[in-house]
Amino acid sequence: MPDMSSQTDSPADSSAIAREALRISHVKFRWDPTQPPLVYPEITLDAGEHLFLRGPSGSGKSTLLSLLGGLILPDTGTLSLLGTDLAGLTSGQRDRFRADHVGVIFQQFNLVPYLTTLDNVMLPCRLSRKRRRRALPTAEQEAESLLTALGIPQSHWHRRVTGLSVGQQQRVAAARALTGGPELILADEPTSALDSDNRDRFIELLLGLAAEKHSSVVFVSHDQSLAERFDRQLALQVTP
Amino acid sequence: MSIRLAFSLALASLWYRRKVLALVTLTLTLSITLLLGVQYLRTEVKQTFTNTISGTDLIVGARSGQLNLLMYTVFHIGDATNNIRWSTYQKLQDDQRIDWLVPISLGDSYRGHRVVGTSEQFPEHFRYGRDQKPALAEGEWFNEVFEVVLGAQVARKHGHQLGDDITLSHGGGRTSFSNHRDTPFTVTGVLAPTGTPVDQAVYVSLEGLEAIHIGWESGVAIPGRTVTPEQALERDLTPGSITAALVGIERKVLTFQVQREINGFRDEPLSAILPGVALSELWRIMGQFETALLGITGFVVITSLIGLIAVLLTLQLQRRQEVAILRATGASPLLIAALHVIECVILAVAACGLAVITGAAGIAALSPWLLETWGIQIGLRPLNPMEWLIIASVPLAAFLVGLIPALQAWRGSRKQGLGHVVPE
Repeated sequence: MPDMSSQTDSPADSSAIAREALRISHVKFRWDPTQPPLVYPEITLDAGEHLFLRGPSGSGKSTLLSLLGGLILPDTGTLSLLGTDLAGLTSGQRDRFRADHVGVIFQQFNLVPYLTTLDNVMLPCRLSRKRRRRALPTAEQEAESLLTALGIPQSHWHRRVTGLSVGQQQRVAAARALTGGPELILADEPTSALDSDNRDRFIELLLGLAAEKHSSVVFVSHDQSLAERFDRQLALQVTP
Repeated sequence: MSIRLAFSLALASLWYRRKVLALVTLTLTLSITLLLGVQYLRTEVKQTFTNTISGTDLIVGARSGQLNLLMYTVFHIGDATNNIRWSTYQKLQDDQRIDWLVPISLGDSYRGHRVVGTSEQFPEHFRYGRDQKPALAEGEWFNEVFEVVLGAQVARKHGHQLGDDITLSHGGGRTSFSNHRDTPFTVTGVLAPTGTPVDQAVYVSLEGLEAIHIGWESGVAIPGRTVTPEQALERDLTPGSITAALVGIERKVLTFQVQREINGFRDEPLSAILPGVALSELWRIMGQFETALLGITGFVVITSLIGLIAVLLTLQLQRRQEVAILRATGASPLLIAALHVIECVILAVAACGLAVITGAAGIAALSPWLLETWGIQIGLRPLNPMEWLIIASVPLAAFLVGLIPALQAWRGSRKQGLGHVVPE
């Protein structure tokens, strides 16, 4: 299984000095050949900048995140992360690239049910050597300090995640996305299942910790009231 | 590192789903135990079977097929077609090439057990298993005409002890109406269990058999012509004929020569057989059955493997989110597929381990009872290559069937977006 054990660095190693978190130009994508393609505007995001992305259902928000995560490739146009054109990588290299440089938070059910809270947070460090190296002082200690910062009671750290509340689960997911300081964090409506208190606290903690680690956050939400906290905003339209 | 990660994730995942998986593992364990058990018993029974008689070079009886001769002399099943004359036996005794002879005289029974008339040559030369002597558990071999030695089963079943008097019946069968009531025998010895037909037999001297048949020349007791034991002892008790004889050859290379000569014996038609050859012919007939049994249990294992896959495929539906998380975190489709295969193989290995333990414990617990009650001697022994092959083939089969959900997961996760299952 060469794909699993190979530790060779992807060609994206120059990314360490990249100023640019992501650049999208002329990107089109369609899931179904009979449907009109999703067309994306030009997007450029500098390292450390946060982007708020909104748009109605069907405007391709989640698809954009899949494209940014390298799980799918655009039909046309170029999409580069940290100066690396994802189309130039094999699917295995894109998996590795994602493990090394991208953190992800979903809307809900973010955690692997059979792992403890701490193991869930440390998962990226086990999948990526780069993330593990950047987790300081150690993967475990960084995970613990992130959990502390995100207000997860220590009594939950070594227990399975099934006992956590939804708000706690989302914060654990944030900790996992942040650990090892990835350059880019993709958040797909992470606050939609939270009440307003939890939501505000979540955004604050996420953006604060991302700033500490110099990570860019791409945040997808319906909730316009959150937009002001972000450096950049973008509204996607439904393709006619 | 990823291999280690895959293993630790697989173990955590298995533990998380332990309640459902415990049942499938149990099914798999039982079916492997069954398969191993059948295979184990097969070799053990064959071993016991072929060890029913050893050290005997030829069995001589009246002219008949070799299976028939083997069946009635060794297994006490069926009857002799004819007897051989005492004079013939004496001629064989005079043959220089023949080292020893054990006479065997059959025809009577004791409560369904065969009565074997023989001589002091029997404990001296009869061997079973790996050159084992039929040992006495208690008492001693018969010395007198009206003394009897019981096989282990006979003594156990009827609760006989040394000094008991027993009455032999004329002819075979469990209930006989013509009993040698006038001439009871005294138990002087009980044999230790051997796991062979010896356990089921009753041993008396040739003279004893001769004595109880005085006045029975026509097949039933003729009133007035039967005798009391005291009167019998005064008669000449040299037998007129015997049923068969076990033969030991001085120089083994001469076995075939002696066999040929006996088969062409002038005075009366005789058959001499090689017990080993006859035993393997008999086993070939019975072997069909046990091969079929092994095949059936093989299918049982396959069935439970299919059950395992059905459960894993059902679980897979619940695992979509988990797979999405792992993929989003950077796990390759290969890692996801590996996870499924590893889980499958771990379950199979666990089931094999449990099956070996269950089997060994079962045999250890049951073997005294089997020997006592059924006269089947089965002991624990290291696994033979065939059994190792069976044990090794189960995880291998699990690996192969594990590829089914793995392949599905691999294909699914390649088409999956970030956290979303893409419609086909």
